Amino acid sequence: MSTPSSHLQLNFQGQLRHFLTIEGLSRELLTELLDTADSFLEVGERAVKKVPLLRGKTVCNVFFENSTRTRTTFELAAKRLSADVLNLNIQTSSTSKGETLYDTLRNLEAMAADMFVVRHGDSGAAHFIAGHVCPDVAIINAGDGNHAHPTQAMLDMLTIRRHRGDFTKLSVAIVGDILHSRVARSNMQALQTLGCPDIRVIAPRTLLPAGIDQYGVRVFNDLRVGLRDVDVVIMLRLQKERMQSGLLPSEGEYYRLYGLTRETLALAKPDALVMHPGPINRGVEIESEVADGAQSVILNQVTYGIAVRMAVMSMAMTGQNAQRQHNQEILLAEQARKSGQETPACD
Amino acid sequence: MRLTIEGARVIDPASQFDQITDLHIAAGHIVGIGEAPEGFSANQRIDARGLIASPGLVDLNVSLREPGRTRKGTIDSETRAAAAGGVTSLCSLPDTLPVLDTPAVAELILDRAEQAGQVRVFPFGALTRGLDGEHLSELVALRDVGCVAFTQGLASMKSNRILRRALEYAAGFDLPVVFMPQDPDIAEGGSAHEGATAARMGLVGIPETAETVALARDLLLVEQTGVQAHFSGLTSARAMDMLADAQARGLRVSADVAMYQLLLCDEDLEGFSSLLHVQPPLRSKQDRHALRQAVQSGVVQAIASHHQPHEQEAKRVPFAASAPGISSVEILLPLALTLVADGLLELPALLSRLTCGPAAALNLPAGSISLHGRADITLFDPVAASLIGHNWLSKGANCPFIGKGAPCKVTHTISNGKLVYQA
Repeated sequence: MSTPSSHLQLNFQGQLRHFLTIEGLSRELLTELLDTADSFLEVGERAVKKVPLLRGKTVCNVFFENSTRTRTTFELAAKRLSADVLNLNIQTSSTSKGETLYDTLRNLEAMAADMFVVRHGDSGAAHFIAGHVCPDVAIINAGDGNHAHPTQAMLDMLTIRRHRGDFTKLSVAIVGDILHSRVARSNMQALQTLGCPDIRVIAPRTLLPAGIDQYGVRVFNDLRVGLRDVDVVIMLRLQKERMQSGLLPSEGEYYRLYGLTRETLALAKPDALVMHPGPINRGVEIESEVADGAQSVILNQVTYGIAVRMAVMSMAMTGQNAQRQHNQEILLAEQARKSGQETPACD
Repeated sequence: MRLTIEGARVIDPASQFDQITDLHIAAGHIVGIGEAPEGFSANQRIDARGLIASPGLVDLNVSLREPGRTRKGTIDSETRAAAAGGVTSLCSLPDTLPVLDTPAVAELILDRAEQAGQVRVFPFGALTRGLDGEHLSELVALRDVGCVAFTQGLASMKSNRILRRALEYAAGFDLPVVFMPQDPDIAEGGSAHEGATAARMGLVGIPETAETVALARDLLLVEQTGVQAHFSGLTSARAMDMLADAQARGLRVSADVAMYQLLLCDEDLEGFSSLLHVQPPLRSKQDRHALRQAVQSGVVQAIASHHQPHEQEAKRVPFAASAPGISSVEILLPLALTLVADGLLELPALLSRLTCGPAAALNLPAGSISLHGRADITLFDPVAASLIGHNWLSKGANCPFIGKGAPCKVTHTISNGKLVYQA
């Protein structure tokens, strides 16, 4: 299916040039991304943890929202690809002096950066930057509002694939604040694209977005029913403000109804994976023993995250370079055509 | 100026006149339909064969931005844009800086509109001072300087009690009140219709109930107070049912919808174009269908532009952070003609929704072509396609239709007998 997102994300050859959302990307492309990430896992085990794929390139981490873990893994991924990395602390930058997002990005673009890794509080911010501000710079979405967190989704997919293999035989449950989760949205899209036949979302109705039933997922309000015989449980972080905004009565009731404990995990398959994008709230959405237990792959997710981000960066840079070259060739051909028209014919 | 329009198909929905004939204009009035009056000699003639002559359009919802927001638009620029859209009478919203809550601001707007010399401006006054939702404006004083109705726009009232008092007071002087129902608490923080599209895009949704809960309250208070009520910019199918029901019960209620709501829906938000960020939001396909049906049946008797011009910076940000609104007065007629092309309405019926329908909703002296009546006339070519955005006049270029084709072209707009726009 061709969507506005795929038009924006892919170059003339169908290669990735921005990575904004999972939506609109093909199974083949996601599989290629996972395969590439797989091949990068080995880099992290080397004595010298570097490959030269982005040598001479400048990657800017532009984080308008705080995040230590995601920014660090992006930084590490870029450095392992031999890029020069610039971390911009937007809290103290020009935007706090009134400069617009547009002008901030235009300035960075003028410094000849090759790639922006952007986190922003507004859904669609990454699309806005890729479409309107810096179309010639590869944009990697590191989380935009409630919309998408595609690298997190792909590292979750890599984790699942490495531990369970074939997506087409799996039942995966996503539990918690679906309404406000960009991770949940991207995960649902990635699982669907990769052929997962049984995607379940489990949450109280106040934490489910309208129209979720149209997404090809099964919706459960009861954790104990929803977890039955699943292969993978992806827990989501719950924020205390959900209680204050009238979405939930209390942390205690939430934990009692939706907390992943040894007892509730026992409802899933015996070897079900426990995942969480972090940071985890022990005793709010997950029991400490479960978070640290034998079925937990939460720390593996972090490790795989670096490889996935290396894969995304290298593929997007390749696609962006090819697009630039293509655009340049078209421009030159156009100029040649025009100058040919302007030249008077010789007798 | 004495003007003759020759050979147009003159359609006046108010009188159901539909005939190819000539119109003769002098001193701002129509002095002859068909035969010229004795002794009349035109000093300007318009060959209008093949064109339609309609009453000048009456637009019930326009933000002129002046005073105070002139980066977005001025009375001069936006009334010129209105004329280019075939509009000769418009109602301006009180959301200016300062808010139109005193006779001085109303007079300033009317003076500047007169200086601009384009189209007639009928200002709406603020129902409460500074739109604070708490202290009533001097409604009668505002009426006396020319405010034709009173509204809070999308600003909320402090309480239902104060709204009830405001409506009672207005009803006592037979002042119409314009409602744009949206419960701010239910809508809080939203930027798109709550549904599958907003959910997938991670946009905070505004449920239909933000409109219908407020509408239900408003209708009950309208019934209690007997105030003349106009509902502007309704968006949902359920609201159409509630409106039809209220009309059937004999309440004095009328309604308009935004032209763009009849063409766009929430699915168009894919791609996050901030040009499509409007308040209230673009609703679902089903809602759009219901709005079109209500326009067809006459439950909704007016189509308005809901013109909201913005400077470029207001839209050059991510979707939810952008200022809501579309600059649309300039293309009201070309967009509306697509409803005829779609087979929804016959041309006279469509023109009634743009002329006598809105005029009747707020008792405005406009919207018809009649002998000795004011010469507000729009001429358009119903088959000449036009490119939207060509020679754009509004200061706000925040229009998602720019670059697209329209099925007709406004060729001339005559306001108070004066040719104010010629393509």
